[in-house]
Amino acid sequence: MSPLNIEKGSSSHSAYDLRSHMSDVVETHTLAVLVQNEAGVLARVIGLFSGRGYNIESLTVAEVDRAGHRSRITIVTSGTPQVINQIKMQLERMVPVHEVHDLTVEGAFVSRELALIKVIAKGEHRVEALRIAEIFRANVVDSTLQSFVFEITGTPEKVDAFCELMRPLGEVRLARTGVAAIARGV
Amino acid sequence: MMSITKGKDAMTRQMTGAKMVVEALKDQGVEVVFGYPGGAVLPIYDEIFQQNAIRHILVRHEQGAVHAAEGYARSTGKPGVVLVTSGPGATNAVTGLVDALMDSIPIVVLTGQVPTFMIGSDAFQEADTVGITRPCTKMNWLVKDTEHLSDTIHQAFHIATKGRPGPVLVDIPKDVQFATGTYVEKPQARVSHYQPKTVGDPAMIEAMVEAMEQAERPVFYTGGGVINSGPRASKLLRELVAATDFPITSTLMGLGSYPASGKNWLGMLGMHGLYEANLAMHGCDLMINIGARFDDRITGRIADFSPNSLKGHVDIDPSSINKVIHADFPVIGDVTLVLEEMLRIWKARGSKTNSAALKRWWGQITEWRAVDCLKYKGSETTIKPQYALQRLEALTKKYDRYICTEVGQHQMWAAQYLGFEDPNRWMTSGGLGTMGYGTPASIGVQVAHPDALVINVAGEASWLMNMQEMGTAIQYRLPVKQFILNNERLGMVRQWQELLHGERYSHSWSEALPDFVKLAEAFGAKGILCKDPADLDDAIMEMLNYNGPVIFDCLVEKHENCFPMIPSGKAHNEMIMGEVDTRDVIGAGGGVLV
Ligand SMILES: Cc1ncc(C[n+]2csc(CCOP(=O)(O)OP(=O)(O)O)c2C)c(N)n1
Ligand SMILES: [Mg+2]
Repeated sequence: MSPLNIEKGSSSHSAYDLRSHMSDVVETHTLAVLVQNEAGVLARVIGLFSGRGYNIESLTVAEVDRAGHRSRITIVTSGTPQVINQIKMQLERMVPVHEVHDLTVEGAFVSRELALIKVIAKGEHRVEALRIAEIFRANVVDSTLQSFVFEITGTPEKVDAFCELMRPLGEVRLARTGVAAIARGV
Repeated sequence: MMSITKGKDAMTRQMTGAKMVVEALKDQGVEVVFGYPGGAVLPIYDEIFQQNAIRHILVRHEQGAVHAAEGYARSTGKPGVVLVTSGPGATNAVTGLVDALMDSIPIVVLTGQVPTFMIGSDAFQEADTVGITRPCTKMNWLVKDTEHLSDTIHQAFHIATKGRPGPVLVDIPKDVQFATGTYVEKPQARVSHYQPKTVGDPAMIEAMVEAMEQAERPVFYTGGGVINSGPRASKLLRELVAATDFPITSTLMGLGSYPASGKNWLGMLGMHGLYEANLAMHGCDLMINIGARFDDRITGRIADFSPNSLKGHVDIDPSSINKVIHADFPVIGDVTLVLEEMLRIWKARGSKTNSAALKRWWGQITEWRAVDCLKYKGSETTIKPQYALQRLEALTKKYDRYICTEVGQHQMWAAQYLGFEDPNRWMTSGGLGTMGYGTPASIGVQVAHPDALVINVAGEASWLMNMQEMGTAIQYRLPVKQFILNNERLGMVRQWQELLHGERYSHSWSEALPDFVKLAEAFGAKGILCKDPADLDDAIMEMLNYNGPVIFDCLVEKHENCFPMIPSGKAHNEMIMGEVDTRDVIGAGGGVLV
């Protein structure tokens, strides 16, 4: 059993789910959903989550294959194993959905988020902000005498940590993209 | 106007979008369209006017069009087609779409839309039809370019009928109907990536068969999926039941796939299912679910649902499996193909069952049957609704008969007291429970089967919800029989109020019912009133012998309750059986559930 409570042999593409169906442990999963890039598809996917009461912790979408009209939606969601399984099955049966990958169970994967953080600060606090940015490898993409805009890429946890450190230094305004994720290796 | 140009591979034809709609429907083998015109579909109606291949049935309300198409689809196995206008035409169709979605009925709905250049301007009769109907359809499209129209309609039929069937909608702006484009014939249409898996995993089927060989207390639990899979599925099911001698029960949606006269038939299961069916489900050690979805009307309290059984689940929709109840033998596939494979494997392994144990199991079932859970107190003075249905059953059994229902007590009594020998003979709103379904559905069935006996077993309240469709019946000479069990009550609501809400009958009766006989006459139909059990047979015969639509006002006992009943949130073995003192048996928790 893995830390995620997943027994060997279970696969996201099978109804023959071998995980304990009784578990009420809430797990967080990252799903990659390849969809036909046509009008209304995103609304359909989001409607599934709101209509059936599933959680969306983060969602990103962009076209990834222009010729094939495919977009990739990365969804971070949470629920009991039974709910996660339902989410995948419900996504898979949608007509414009081509593939659903549960990155969390399929193996190692990379997930990254980009954030733009504006910090409005004065004096010593400006210096401290730059110092922390350097440690986090955040870039300054805009600066005025009153403010900086930092660009940071990383796991959501890293972005969270960076923002928390910035908050005491001044007023923080934040734009985050949500998570994009892809499996490691081939 | 139509020009023909020879393309590289196929013949491509130029025509208007409106013409394309009619061509695509013809290409798809559509014979009947149920519809209602309006500004945004006038070009299509103009094309319909100029041809004879497709028959258009003018309904009286767009909800009626969709239910009629559902009745047509359920009774023929072919997709039902609907044509309505933009805005209110489309919104009126919404209930029908959800009904078809819940019951997996293939329906193709074509809606008019304001011209593309006016979309988003709050134009007259503009509604965001694809937005509104997205969660109400299996798939929907707004077609913004005539070049894509015929292909989209072909896709729509593919998706409505493949895999788990369901409703689809194509929204067609008026300028797209007027503009000219290239017509794509059905064989040239884009191959859809939507190709659901139909062949079940043989290893899993074999594991299930092995469990069947050993089972001491097996039961088949079948549903609407058997009917949706086509007539061969019912044939194979009968063969499998006869060969194994296992008992079989069915959901409301699956009635008729195994004949009610068959010796292994336990009757319907579920909230108002038969005692023997529910106890067999509760006590079995192997449950084989074929094309049913463990609906909450079936399972009752999940924690106590069939606690000691292994469960096989055959479904074409992977999301139905493990959604509610964990399956030990999950098989994703089309019922026909899976049943074929089950039979093949079972025979190849020597056609074995645990016959000694099975005999004991049947002994137990025979005891349950002896309880005779459908018995009721008869009356010489008032017509008991159960009695009315028993008489209807006896007097119509020999006919080529199709039954529709509305929603309420009468629907459950119809499921209990009428026997269905074949699939596609029983049209009822199961998943959504839509009052007003039956009258238009009966019209759709009669259009498909002009010479058959089509009866809508109705409650007076439900019947009033789409009674305008009597106009359609008259216009097209459809001799539908509206058999209204009139208790002057929202009977099912009244029953719940009696059992769960301290007999406070809040708004569950109709103060001002119409005179149904006069109403029939106003429409140009025949009205029959019957209130004396002694007159009932003659009155039913009068209805059957009348060559035209009939509204039969059968005044029945007003306070009869429908039993057996598993109250919401109770287990199968906590069934209420009859007119015992039923007050407070349900307890506070049950009132929260629906
Ligand atoms: C459109 C709609 N509204 C409300 C309900 C809730 N409901 C279920 S049964 C019922 C009463 C039906 O009365 P009637 O048609 O006379 O049938 P009876 O139960 O009396 O046989 C009601 C109001 C429903 N199922 N559908
Ligand atoms: Mg009534």
